[in-house]
Amino acid sequence: MNAPLTEVWVYLSASPLAALTLTLVAYQAGFWLYRKAGFHPLVNPVLIAVALIAGLLLVSGTSYRTYFDGAQFVHFLLGPATVALALPLYRQLEKVRRSALAILASLLAGSLTAAVSAVGVAMALDASRETLASLAPKSVTAPVAMGISEALGGLPSLTAVLVILTGILGAAFGPLVLDLMRIRDWRARGFAIGVASHGIGTSRALQVNETAGAFSGLAMGLNAVATAVLLPLVWKLFF
Amino acid sequence: MLGALTIILCCQLAGEAIVVATGLPVPGPVLGMVFLFTGLVVRGGPSVELSQTGDALLRNLALLFVPAGVGVVLHLGLLGREGVAISVSLVVSTLLTIAVTALVMRWTLKGRDGDADATPGRGGDGA
Repeated sequence: MNAPLTEVWVYLSASPLAALTLTLVAYQAGFWLYRKAGFHPLVNPVLIAVALIAGLLLVSGTSYRTYFDGAQFVHFLLGPATVALALPLYRQLEKVRRSALAILASLLAGSLTAAVSAVGVAMALDASRETLASLAPKSVTAPVAMGISEALGGLPSLTAVLVILTGILGAAFGPLVLDLMRIRDWRARGFAIGVASHGIGTSRALQVNETAGAFSGLAMGLNAVATAVLLPLVWKLFF
Repeated sequence: MLGALTIILCCQLAGEAIVVATGLPVPGPVLGMVFLFTGLVVRGGPSVELSQTGDALLRNLALLFVPAGVGVVLHLGLLGREGVAISVSLVVSTLLTIAVTALVMRWTLKGRDGDADATPGRGGDGA
């Protein structure tokens, strides 16, 4: 790089502008491909954006810290978006009220299945203790999962990645599993996707059906609470 | 839009503050969601402005996961060493969780009510 270019680079990497723009451009490129592919769940825009940006960071030798200093403003909006999930939930209030018992039972079953099966399978395949703790909260929405992972002795930033992969897997293959099992009820479909694959599953559910989206958002919120309370207790029993 | 954003941020702030003050094992934004939900029930529904702002945030929910996901660059070594265990665990556990949750939900919902739009028109691309 010659001197003026280096100067431009130093300036850009010190302000959030470059990282923010990169995040938006990469995501929109991902979304463009997703639309081109007829919204095929495997052509996930988040995965494409992550791959593009990660590749660019590695090639340019830029640290994740530098990128995140700017991109944290996008990351920050996860909090307000979580709060906003109250809206689809409110619109479905009547349906939620009528299914309260089913919601509670499926929440407990799903929350425990998610953590126990993830840890059990990885343990059978000789994963390290750190990896197990990072995997355990993988079905919980990212900010909460990172907190749980840290409390269990895992790596929060690894958990963030595992959470996203889980979300993509659930959004991509969840509908196939539900079709195979002949689950046709939008409430059950949305709730199952939300428990297993949090916000990424929910954003997909919202695209397909308002009821499914509301139950998915509800499941994501409830599972964050249930896992935050239950997982540390279960963890102590085994480790 | 500004008013709606303020309401949402106030709910989150209240949630975070209470979590820090009481040590509740619940994430702040989730508590904030409970507050906003309670507010909507008391008030009898959201304003048009709040609906529009909230829906705009939720339409772009997937984008918000990108910065955390790029954190994968910090763990390429570990992912290389334990990639098989991690991948198998993620796939098995995610699909099993969806199956178990949906089965328990179907079983507990059964016969409780007939919901008019509970049957999707198209099975192939459901949520």
